Amino acid sequence: MTIHEYQLSQLDYLEAEAVHVFREVAAELERPVLLFSGGKDSIVMLRLAEKAFWPAPMPFPVMHVDTGHNFPEVLEFRDRRVAELGVNLVVASVPDAIERGLVAEEPNGSRNRIQTPVLLEAVEKHRFSALFGGARRDEEKARAKERVFSFRDDFGQWDPKNQRPELWNLYNGRIHLGESIRVFPLSNWTELDVWHYIQREEIAVPSIYYAHQREVFERDGMLFANNEFCRPREGETTFVTTVRYRTVGDASLTAAVRSDADTVEKVIEEVAATRLTERGATRGDDRVSEAAMEDRKKEGYF
Amino acid sequence: MDLLRFATAGSVDDGKSTLIGRLLFDSKAIFTDQLESVERTSQQRGDEYTDLSLLTDGLRAEREQGITIDVAYRYFATPRRKFIIADTPGHIQYTRNMVTGASTADLAIVLVDARKGMVEQSRRHAFLVSLLRVPHLVLAVNKMDLVDWSQEVFEGIEKEFSSFATKLDVPDLTVVPISALHGDNIVSRSPNMPWYEGPSLLHHLEHVHIASDRNLVDVRFPVQYVIRPQSLQRTDYRAYAGQVAGGVLKAGDEVMVLPSGFTTRIAGIETADGPVGEAFAPMSVTVRLEDEIDISRGDMICRPHNQPAVAQDIDAMVCWMAETPLAPGQKLAIKHTTRSARALVKELQYRLDVNSLHRDDTATQLGLNDIGRVRLRTTVPLLADEYRRNRQTGGFILIDEATNRTVGAGMITSAS
Repeated sequence: MTIHEYQLSQLDYLEAEAVHVFREVAAELERPVLLFSGGKDSIVMLRLAEKAFWPAPMPFPVMHVDTGHNFPEVLEFRDRRVAELGVNLVVASVPDAIERGLVAEEPNGSRNRIQTPVLLEAVEKHRFSALFGGARRDEEKARAKERVFSFRDDFGQWDPKNQRPELWNLYNGRIHLGESIRVFPLSNWTELDVWHYIQREEIAVPSIYYAHQREVFERDGMLFANNEFCRPREGETTFVTTVRYRTVGDASLTAAVRSDADTVEKVIEEVAATRLTERGATRGDDRVSEAAMEDRKKEGYF
Repeated sequence: MDLLRFATAGSVDDGKSTLIGRLLFDSKAIFTDQLESVERTSQQRGDEYTDLSLLTDGLRAEREQGITIDVAYRYFATPRRKFIIADTPGHIQYTRNMVTGASTADLAIVLVDARKGMVEQSRRHAFLVSLLRVPHLVLAVNKMDLVDWSQEVFEGIEKEFSSFATKLDVPDLTVVPISALHGDNIVSRSPNMPWYEGPSLLHHLEHVHIASDRNLVDVRFPVQYVIRPQSLQRTDYRAYAGQVAGGVLKAGDEVMVLPSGFTTRIAGIETADGPVGEAFAPMSVTVRLEDEIDISRGDMICRPHNQPAVAQDIDAMVCWMAETPLAPGQKLAIKHTTRSARALVKELQYRLDVNSLHRDDTATQLGLNDIGRVRLRTTVPLLADEYRRNRQTGGFILIDEATNRTVGAGMITSAS
């Protein structure tokens, strides 16, 4: 920050904007919750929430929608971080919901879609009125249209054609009972901004974001780990190579990328040079159709 | 590296999507998978060329209808700056979207087609840019390749636009001749137009001086959230969190808290990373005061000799954003800085024709996308400045109390 010029760096600007959003929600909405997956974006969110209310603790719990398809490194990270911060963790469990009959396993084994009803049930049960999510507009074209305060009706649905205009830094958080707001403090961040911030703030992230040796196999041009959620089919052969994860989602359909980036500096270099978006490179769930994300969001997805 | 937010206005016909596609492509912000997806869609539709507007038109309805409905935000960076583009649709039925995109912009690019010159739409866009007080305006005269790179054509448009702009409040105008399709004067100076001595568009975006656009004179700190840790170590700690809206705050400064009018001094300005010497817009900080005063969200910290108006009678230009019209007698919720109140629409002074700038003082209501001058009476005083003096303390939104929808955006012209 060059104080004498009264001009903020891009990271300071983005941080100030996000902190403003966190405080605005805490001031205006009754029962917020922060969605925390253990992924890098939600880890950055946690840091920003910590900063926004310092020296007081952040005034809301965190929630993990647990698909049961987890990378063990991520789950372990989640529990450690939550313990360090002393915040409450709410877990909305998909396996549990399957057992109770709330949702049914999909034929392809992916739990991406069925986590939505589980999320919505938890929101209703805990009467959460605002959910902080780590989604960024640069991730995906439907997200590029989404507001920082994204209104959801009492079915949790997003109506992209009927969004509230958002001007200056004035956010409209007014809702009726049963409705909610999804709040995206990282809206204006890019993948590279997130990594620059992780570097600047020396934020720890799960080890799978850095290059490591893993047994993988190739499917649809992507590298999947050979683990209990995802086994090679006939004709797919496994091999050990150096990979890292750019995104962390459902372990059954999140792919790794070949990479030697084993430090934050090297990851930044790699992200700056890459010619593929993080979702395009690693997410089977977005490949369903042109509007896969828009359709899922309308149903109440993150 | 700093950050520049800019809005683009124009329609597909003006080559806006091509321009944005070009900026993103040349700065390597378009990724292979995005481009492949666009190429696939273009081929399926039987387009003759890859339609770059598909990159920004993200909603199903937009792709089906081939129009931009909503503001889309795009991101790219060069070694000098990070850029946030608010890509706004150009047609009159989307005035509210352009107003939304312009509200946070440091700069706006208005596109015109060199063959057509200034049209009604260009005037409207320039007017909205000035109404929203976007500090820097760039007129990009596009499709110069189709007028044989003619200096005469360019200068004619430049002259016409400049004389129109003098009627508006445009602090900084730059006019650039470009060809978005061929990349002339986008990243580097074009060999096709040696007569043009100004910067390329990207060079201008990278170098335009924005540090002095912010109001560093009038101290304005809207209290957003009171921080009181309920812990044994910090039993007496009480501080006020917010985002600086104007001026420079320093520890030791004498300040006044509105609306109470009490004065005290700043004991310290804090962040989670430690104390800061000075705070200015748009920093989010926490302010501790020397005396214990009753302060809550919606109050404003300023200087004793430089205060905003404490006003319940508000005159403002309002852009109406709802299907149901605005008319005198209506009651609405208003949100101004961190303060919420109710407002009564006392009077509609005139409706402005955004194309001709003609004031219709016989108008009885404002319809969707209309702009007009309105007088409001609020239930509690607002701590307000003229919008031309400060965009943060001069802007407000209006909310329908029944539907909770944001139905209007206001820019204060006077408050008493």
